[in-house]
Amino acid sequence: MSLLEVEGLQVRLPTDAGPATIVRGIDYRVEPGEVFGIAGESGSGKTMSVLALMGLLPAGAAVEGRAVFEGRDLLGLPRGQLRRICGRELAMVFQDPMTSLHPMLSIGTQLTEHVRRHLGLGRRDAAELAVQALRDVRIPDPDSALHAFPHQFSGGMRQRIAIAVALACRPKLLVADEPTTALDVTVQAGIIRLLDRLRNESGLTIVLITHDLGVLSAIADRVAVFYAGRVVEAGSRADVLGSPRHPYTRGLLDALPHPEAADIPLIAIHGAPPTPRNVPPGCAFHPRCPYAQASCRVAIPPLVAVDGRVLACPVDPLQPGATS
Amino acid sequence: MSALELTDVVVEYERRGLAPVRAVAGASLEVDRGQIVGLVGESGCGKSTLARAAIGMVAPVSGTIHFEGREVRPLSRGARARELARLQMVFQNPFSSLNPRRKIGEQIGDALAILGLAARRERAGRIAELLEQVGLPPGAARGYPHEFSGGQRQRIAIARALAASPSVIVLDEPLASLDASAQAQIANLLVSLARELDLGLLLISHDLAIVRHVADKVAVMYLGLIAETAPTRELWATPLHPYTEALIEAVPHADGAGTLPEALPGEVPDPSRPPEGCRFHPRCPYVFDRCRSQEPPLVELAHARSAACWLQRPGEPVPPSIRAASRLARAGRAE
Repeated sequence: MSLLEVEGLQVRLPTDAGPATIVRGIDYRVEPGEVFGIAGESGSGKTMSVLALMGLLPAGAAVEGRAVFEGRDLLGLPRGQLRRICGRELAMVFQDPMTSLHPMLSIGTQLTEHVRRHLGLGRRDAAELAVQALRDVRIPDPDSALHAFPHQFSGGMRQRIAIAVALACRPKLLVADEPTTALDVTVQAGIIRLLDRLRNESGLTIVLITHDLGVLSAIADRVAVFYAGRVVEAGSRADVLGSPRHPYTRGLLDALPHPEAADIPLIAIHGAPPTPRNVPPGCAFHPRCPYAQASCRVAIPPLVAVDGRVLACPVDPLQPGATS
Repeated sequence: MSALELTDVVVEYERRGLAPVRAVAGASLEVDRGQIVGLVGESGCGKSTLARAAIGMVAPVSGTIHFEGREVRPLSRGARARELARLQMVFQNPFSSLNPRRKIGEQIGDALAILGLAARRERAGRIAELLEQVGLPPGAARGYPHEFSGGQRQRIAIARALAASPSVIVLDEPLASLDASAQAQIANLLVSLARELDLGLLLISHDLAIVRHVADKVAVMYLGLIAETAPTRELWATPLHPYTEALIEAVPHADGAGTLPEALPGEVPDPSRPPEGCRFHPRCPYVFDRCRSQEPPLVELAHARSAACWLQRPGEPVPPSIRAASRLARAGRAE
């Protein structure tokens, strides 16, 4: 059984110019023990789609659909029950650890507060668990780290601490939103390896949101590509990133610097992604798509199973043997 | 002589009650017209400080900076020398570097008016031309910054720099705040501008992969010093400094293969108290005795290739890999 099953998720947010639909109907499943990657550019709805699960959307947001986590629909739960699940069974790590850690509280306080609250542990047991949590994420000298404050650590160490805080209650699912984006490449490599080890050693399930297809390529088992609030392609890492079928996935990969082709110019997708208030009719990608046909401008393409993946492109111009 | 020449530049930041931080500890760099030089390194390595020193935004403690043969002096109360207008800068965040309350055309037109590069009648035409050069329609001149996407705003910032008819532009992380597709567009734009306008570009970036695509020559910086410089292709094929090698191996590839990138152990040390000897030695997998006590100078090892590493021996053929160099060095010590 899937650990998390999201169906028909829609998120509408109030903006200065009126309500905007940020997430326009999203379905995916996350299996236990896997790293599920969500890729997409800024504004594609990837962050809002997970904030919705935890009831963390800005005031005035409207959510539709279902998000079943271990048999319970998170979107329909009363606030009190949702709070007991979030932090305990479902935890989140954000891009900037400086904003997710409290600057005035010691690492020990931040690590034990929710452990005591959620697990009902005493002070001493909680401290012991906190040291173990820091050890798990490879913080050197965890005992003295408990008494230190966030500003005393480097960016990479802070992100490790934020991960330790998130994992202290042994949640089943960790949602990591751009956890390496603010970090240097060598530090990023360390965090990627840490997440991979946690998944292997403790069977942690991870939803990893990032715009960086290289990061997903390193540790995601399955990948969903978001565009303008919808999934355009999803499947195994090797399928989606190794032989993409949606023109947008292909375009994103082509736009990346590639080691084997350093001498040719990058192939950029022309134009820019639409803003939520002016998503084009039909396939949202059609104005930028080199393969667009008349039909693409009319109907929103459904996500259908094709060759072991799901694809929202009836034209399917990249299928093997297709002539472009 | 190169268009922009930095020689042994040292920049320090004063701190109240503390020893000053030496952000750049003696770096030399040259940028020729028509050449794209990438300056890469991780946060805190001093690359942005070096860029700021290059255009005279911060004053070096020692060392010299020359632009087209004239010394670049730090900004002061007096006017910046007119000739220095041909040395321009583009910043990381086009949201904060453009004035939100002025039309795009006015902001681009400033340089034309101040430098007298176009008579009032010709200005609109020249602005349209500059917008076209960066791939924007002439109508963009009438818009305000908030009407444009991040990538478009970066194009506008580049057009504004081009308005001064520069020969060299220093760009500090111009791609960092952009999405992948906009990043590729701007990267390609920079290459074509450098070629078409015979512009020298000094491109500061933490992203090695994009620099590899764009730059002709790369300088790798670590903790205030340049660790290695080389033509881009050679740097990637055979890095000569262990730090360069570590940076290259840490970049994840989007090939769907599931290969974990290599992590570099340890942390970047505090620049106010750099390690003794080679600054990289506490994190270097190839470290040996000499590295702990003596600081290796940046020396030329092959044509246009320099590195600051005791494993490399000037005057001898460059070993095929750092591993091989390390074996040779160990064998040499055993003799």
